[in-house]
Amino acid sequence: MQLNELWFLIVGFLFIGYFVLDGFDFGVGMSLPFLGKDDIDRRVLINTIGPVWDLNETWVIVAGASLFAAFPEWYATLFSGFYLPLLIILLALIARGVAFEYRGKGHTIGANEKRWKSAFDWMIVIGSAVPALLWGVAFANIVQGVPLEKVGASTVFTGNLFTLLNPYGLLGGLVTLTLFWTHGLVFITLKTDGEIKERARKLATKVGLVTTVLAATFLVWTLFTHLSAPLFVLELGLTAVAALSLIAALWMNFKAREGAAFTLLVVTIITAVGALFAGLFPYVLPSTADTAASLTVDNARSSDYTLGVMTWVAAIMLPLVLAYQTWTYWVFRKRVSRKSIPANAH
Amino acid sequence: MHSTTAVLMADHAALDLARWQFGLTTVYHFLFVPLTIGMVLLVALMQTAWVRTGEDKFLKMTKLFGKIFLINFAMGVVTGIVQEFQFGMNWSDYSRFVGDIFGAPLAMEGLLAFFFEATFIGLWIFGWNRLPKKVHLATIWMTVLGVWLSAYFILAANSFMQNPVGFTMNDAKHRAELTDIGAVLTNIVALNQFPHTVTASIMFAGAVMTAVAAYHLKRNQHVASMMPSLRFGLWTTLIGGAGTVLSGDGLGLAMVKTQPMKMAAAEALYNTTKNASFSIFTWGTPDGKSELFSIRIPNLLSFLSTHTWDGQVEGLRDLNAQYIAQYGAATGVTDFMPTLWITYWAFRWMIGLGVVVAIVAVVGLWLTRKGNINLPKWTWNVAIWSAPLPVLAISIGWMFTEMGRQPWLVFRLMPTAAGVSPGVGVFEVLTSLIAFTAIYAILAVVEFKLLLAAVKAGPVDEEAHDAKSELLPVAY
Repeated sequence: MQLNELWFLIVGFLFIGYFVLDGFDFGVGMSLPFLGKDDIDRRVLINTIGPVWDLNETWVIVAGASLFAAFPEWYATLFSGFYLPLLIILLALIARGVAFEYRGKGHTIGANEKRWKSAFDWMIVIGSAVPALLWGVAFANIVQGVPLEKVGASTVFTGNLFTLLNPYGLLGGLVTLTLFWTHGLVFITLKTDGEIKERARKLATKVGLVTTVLAATFLVWTLFTHLSAPLFVLELGLTAVAALSLIAALWMNFKAREGAAFTLLVVTIITAVGALFAGLFPYVLPSTADTAASLTVDNARSSDYTLGVMTWVAAIMLPLVLAYQTWTYWVFRKRVSRKSIPANAH
Repeated sequence: MHSTTAVLMADHAALDLARWQFGLTTVYHFLFVPLTIGMVLLVALMQTAWVRTGEDKFLKMTKLFGKIFLINFAMGVVTGIVQEFQFGMNWSDYSRFVGDIFGAPLAMEGLLAFFFEATFIGLWIFGWNRLPKKVHLATIWMTVLGVWLSAYFILAANSFMQNPVGFTMNDAKHRAELTDIGAVLTNIVALNQFPHTVTASIMFAGAVMTAVAAYHLKRNQHVASMMPSLRFGLWTTLIGGAGTVLSGDGLGLAMVKTQPMKMAAAEALYNTTKNASFSIFTWGTPDGKSELFSIRIPNLLSFLSTHTWDGQVEGLRDLNAQYIAQYGAATGVTDFMPTLWITYWAFRWMIGLGVVVAIVAVVGLWLTRKGNINLPKWTWNVAIWSAPLPVLAISIGWMFTEMGRQPWLVFRLMPTAAGVSPGVGVFEVLTSLIAFTAIYAILAVVEFKLLLAAVKAGPVDEEAHDAKSELLPVAY
């Protein structure tokens, strides 16, 4: 395996890690108005991800920086081309992060508690739903390809926001929106106790069914566009596992086996996003206009030296990162319920 | 012809807007970062004191300054993501040109520092009464390590823009490529910029701590925990200030060696001079022709630049002529001087504000040497209002560093105008500039109010946490 192929895998791994982890954060955030009947309920929900949302979100920063280091041309073309969706994602993530931190502090400055909290709750809901939708739109468009052309030595995206809002892109967005929501709901059943857990389970079944229909359509559509892709067999295999584990996850959720349901959803996200990356290879951003402008793992890559250095760093750090993050999840493993919420936020 | 002019003007507007956006978002982000870098160390030290002595005042101090640290930290986190993304969004040709090099320290920052910081800060915040005392203490020290490592990597990346090292040009690919990561990470600018940034940040954290303590001591309240906070804050300010001076001296020497134009611009020194003096103040324009009045310290600029009193300092005119001959044709740049009124005054304000705060610290330490708090009200007010001065100095110092690098984006390699995104137009950049300005302004107001409220509330009595209780010890 060449170093650039290895880094295609590592970048894929980091984005998958991001979707698995921040995916359920988004799902929890989106569930606030549906499961949170009062403030204590909503605090139960927020505290299921309280100690971990920040480290989960960090995965996207690391994924972005790794893209920059390993495939500068991909990073440059993608981020300048998908300018407005990324801007909206950034604003949403800012709103969500600040809202977690500040929603319980209104009383310290004599704000109207109810209005203060409701404003921040909406920032959490929108700040979760919008990135959940737009990451799907972005990835679907990466896989499908976008109009690119060569301008001097640079590859430039020639479309606009509406180029990205095509049927396939929007369907991809709806898939991640509903998939992350299901993921979050099942996470809630795993991390809470009492009535709220039951409400989450019931809603997860409904949202999960919608997800299944959308995801099946999207994945089959994707397969048909990749019939001649070099890794088609791998893509097909991953898609099959994704589909089966999603259905199994819903069944386990229905049977009230939270741990199994959550694990299967993790498998679903890993294999589904893995299938997209498999279908994309060896491209990293195919062009639908001038095909000579397509970006591949060969023409978007960094030098062997840089990739070699970064491989050492990743080989040492990634196992360590996984170890201490797993430990964090272990420390905060206890379920959260209405009885565990203290009077004041920290 | 008309359309070409229109396109060029639009390009120019997009470039200006992209620069404004980078300046705005970076200065804003860096209002929060110094307090994070400095305060995380102070909180770790206070918690260590508490774990070792078990004294209640240290716990109170840890909790109060920990709370202030966290309100501020949240803003640093959310505004930091923008920083990581906007190289690609607004500066894609820059990203293409240096990604092979610049991306490496950024990705290292992510893999080594950001994950570390984000994980251990979560453990520290929510780990009170859940983790064993010493393990919990270790998590804040891990956070210190993460925060400081992060600072090192991003400064190493920035130093490449000031003084590119460890690379070769790949003309076929129109980009610079990394040949020596060791050289990038031990860039002489980074080795000096890091201690300068960290000590200035410690100084700021000390000044904030002093101000918080002064607020309460002025009202004669919480004396048991606020008196030690005051002394600790003042000593920290002084030690941080001394470190800032020493490291600033090293950074100045490195700057003369690597970017002589920037040092000349700091003094607005037009002609190459031996025995160069340093003007503290100039009335008139600082171009040397219309100077009406100035206060000068003889030979100081020579000393700052060379560590000899009669050393030769290169002047702006000679350097400009040299750069035009060397780079003019290739870059199309006709003037290599930065904007002098900015570099000249920024350099002075940076130093001046730092000196004022150091003096406040020395006087404060003297006045309170016997634990006396019956001081005139205005002395407390001076301590309180000194708090923002170090961060102002830090901001201005960065403006000097970055404006002094102009017209280069990467010194000697890429002019700023060449780095902007080719496919991104005025509409996109203007939209994002307005959006960031609006949301940042609102957040600044909210964050500042919350910060003040936490300061005014002061230290609170800790309720004993019942280990058997079902309540979460810390929650949102």
